[in-house]
Amino acid sequence: MTADAMTPLLDRKLVFVTGKGGTGKTTVASALALLVAAQGKRVLICEVDAKGELAGYYEAPPTGFKEKEVQPGLFAMTMDTESSMREYLKLQLHIPVVGRIGPVAKAFDFLAAAAPGVREILTVGKLCWEVRDKGWDMVVVDSPATGHIVGQLAAPQAVNGLVSVGLIRNQTDWMLEMLSDPAITGLLAVCTPEEMPVTETIELATRVREETTVELAGVVVNRVLPELFGRNEEAVFDALTAPGPLEELDGLVGGDAGPVLEAARLAVTMRRTRSTHLERLREGIDPAVPLLYLPYLFTKSHGLRTTRQVAGSLGEELGL
Amino acid sequence: MAARASGGRKGQAADAPAPSMDSLLATKEIVVACGPGGVGKTTTAAASALMAAINHGSKVLVLTVDPAKRLANALGLDGIGNTEHKVPASAFTAAGVKPRGELWAAMLDTKESWDSLIRQHAPDEQTRDEILANPLYQNIAGRFIQSHDYIAMERLYEIHSTGEYDLIVVDTPPTRNALDFLDAPERLADFFSSRLLRWLIVPYRSKLINVATKPFYQISDRILGTEFMGDISEFFILFQTMYDGFVERSKAVGRLLSDRRTTFVVVSTLEATPLREAEFFAEQLTERKLHLGAIVLNKVLPDYLQGRAGAKVAETLKDRAEDLAAELSPVLTSTDATLGDPAQIARVLTEVADSYLNFQVVALREMEERASLAVAPDVLATVPFFDTDIYDLAGLLRLGEQIWV
Repeated sequence: MTADAMTPLLDRKLVFVTGKGGTGKTTVASALALLVAAQGKRVLICEVDAKGELAGYYEAPPTGFKEKEVQPGLFAMTMDTESSMREYLKLQLHIPVVGRIGPVAKAFDFLAAAAPGVREILTVGKLCWEVRDKGWDMVVVDSPATGHIVGQLAAPQAVNGLVSVGLIRNQTDWMLEMLSDPAITGLLAVCTPEEMPVTETIELATRVREETTVELAGVVVNRVLPELFGRNEEAVFDALTAPGPLEELDGLVGGDAGPVLEAARLAVTMRRTRSTHLERLREGIDPAVPLLYLPYLFTKSHGLRTTRQVAGSLGEELGL
Repeated sequence: MAARASGGRKGQAADAPAPSMDSLLATKEIVVACGPGGVGKTTTAAASALMAAINHGSKVLVLTVDPAKRLANALGLDGIGNTEHKVPASAFTAAGVKPRGELWAAMLDTKESWDSLIRQHAPDEQTRDEILANPLYQNIAGRFIQSHDYIAMERLYEIHSTGEYDLIVVDTPPTRNALDFLDAPERLADFFSSRLLRWLIVPYRSKLINVATKPFYQISDRILGTEFMGDISEFFILFQTMYDGFVERSKAVGRLLSDRRTTFVVVSTLEATPLREAEFFAEQLTERKLHLGAIVLNKVLPDYLQGRAGAKVAETLKDRAEDLAAELSPVLTSTDATLGDPAQIARVLTEVADSYLNFQVVALREMEERASLAVAPDVLATVPFFDTDIYDLAGLLRLGEQIWV
C-alpha cells in the first residue's frame, strides 16, 4: 500500500489508541475523540484499560458500561466484559439476563478467564457491534498498553484457530472482516521521544503487521520539546555561559543568572537526546505511516483544558 | 558489612541514621520493584542490585522483565533469556568500580518458565507432553496476560528456594493494574480449586450432567461449540493432575511475598498520573500487610528550577532583553565577532528566560506533588533527571548513588 492510498485517520470508524505506560495514551485518545466531535460528528470513546480515569479528561462524572454524553456529540463508556457478555446473551441469543442467569454468568466469567481470547472477543466484539449497528461516526478506543494490544487485536484470529463452529465462530468472522478493513479500522500508537517508548513502538509496528490484520494508521509522538536555538544562536548561548559574559550578565540583571542559563542547557540536552530517538523512530516505522507530533505541555492545567489543547495540536498535525 | 556507607552504624542505635536503601538492601533477601509503566522501574531495580553487589559484598541477582536492549547488553543478557548469568568483570572495569560481591542477571521468559513449571509438576511423561502440545495451553502460556504476573512471582520463588543468592531484586511486569501480580498466586489457586473447574471436567469423566450444570453446558455449547468445549475440558483434565502441586506452590509464593525478608520498592515519577497509581499501590501494600520499604521518585527536575530568585532573573531577561543585548554585545564581540548581533542576543535571552519559566511550572508542580504524597515510607529516595539515557553500568551506578543514602 502506498502513502497516498492510506485512509486518513479521521475517516476511519474504529480507532484503537495504544501506547507504552506513561506516554499519554489516554490524553491522546480523549483529545482525538474531542477533535472529531468538534467537527459535528457523533463519537463514542471507550475506556478498555479500565482505570476509571477517562471521565476526568472531560471533567465528567465517572463513566459506566452504558454510554453517557460527556461533551456535545461525544459519548463515553467503560468496557466491562461481564456486562458485554450479558448484553451479548440478551441480544444475540435472546437469553434473559435476570435471575437464573446468575450462575451461568458466573460460569461464563470463569470461562472468559480460562479460555484465552474469550474476554478479548467480548471486548472487541462490543466495539465492532457499536460501529456496525449504532451508527457512530467514530469509535475511539482507549486500548490496553502496547504490551497487550496485539493479543486483543489478534484474538478473533486466535479464536478462529481454536474454535471451528458455534456462535463465537460466526461472530469472529464478521469481526475479523471489520478489523481487517483499513477503511474502517486503524491503530494509533502513542509514544514519547525516549528510548523505551520508541523501541516498543517499533516492535509494536512489526508485531501488528505480522500478528494482526489491523493497519497501523499513525504514530503520535507526544511531548516533543521545542527547539530553543538556531545554530548561530546556540553559539551565542555558549558564549554567554562563559565566566566573563556570565558575570557581566549577573551584574546587569542584579542577580544570579546561572540557574536560568543552566536550565536552558538542560532543555537543549534533553531535546538533543530525544531527537536521536526520534530519528530512530522515523527509520523504524514504515514511511507510509504518518507521524504526528504533539508539543510538550508546560502548562499547569489538566482535565478538559489539557484535552482541548492536545486536540488543537492534533488538529493542526492532521491539517485541520 | 558495607565498608562505604554503613560501616560505622553497628552499635550506634541511639543516633542511628535514618533508614536508607543501603540498610534496606542489606537486611532484605527479596526486593520487589513495582509501580506504573514508564517510570524507570527496570533501571531502578538494576541500579539497586548493582549497588548491593558493590557495597555489601553479597551475591545479588536482578531478575528483569523487559530491559532496554542496550541495558540488556550491558548486563550481558542479550540472547540469554531465562538462565541466570553473571555480569562480567569487564563491565565493572569499564564503569570504574570493583565490586565486593557478585552481580547476576536473568530475564523472564514467560513461555519458557511455564514449560519448566509443567515439567516439574506433571505426574508422568505422557501428561507432560500432552499438556505442552495442547493448543489451549500454548495460548495460555504465551498470551494469557495474568500468566505473566504469576510466572514472575513463581520464578522468584523458585530462585529464592535454591538459596543461591543473598539478595534478589525483581522487576515486575507492566500490568494493567500494578496489583495483578500480587493476586496472581491466590487467583491461580482459586482457579484450580473452583467448583466450576469440576463442572467442566465431570461430564467427560462420568457423562453425568445434573440439573445445576445443565444450563451451563447448553449455553457454553451454543456459544463456543461442542468441540472447543471438549478441548477446554481435556486441557483442564490434564491440568487437574497437577492440582495439588500448583495450589501448594502458589500458596508458598504468596507466603514468600508476605515474609518479612521481602520488601517492596515502589517506583514512580512526580507526574500526577503515575504518582496517583504509585500511591494507590503503596496503600494496597500496607493494607495487605506487605512491607513497603521505599518509594523511589525518578526523573525529578533539578532544585534550581524552583527558586523565586531564578524566576525574577528570567523575567528581567525577558522584559529587558533588548537593553541587555546592547550591553552584552561588545563583550560577546570580543569573544567572537560573529556573536555580537544585538537582535540575535536578545532572541537568545528571551528563549532562555521562557524556557526557564516553562520548566519552573513543571518543577513547582512536581514539588507540590511530592509534598502532598499520601504515604510515608521508611525511605523516600529522589533521583534527578538525567539528561542522557542509562545503558551501561556507569549509568546505573550514577542512578544507584542517588538512591543509596
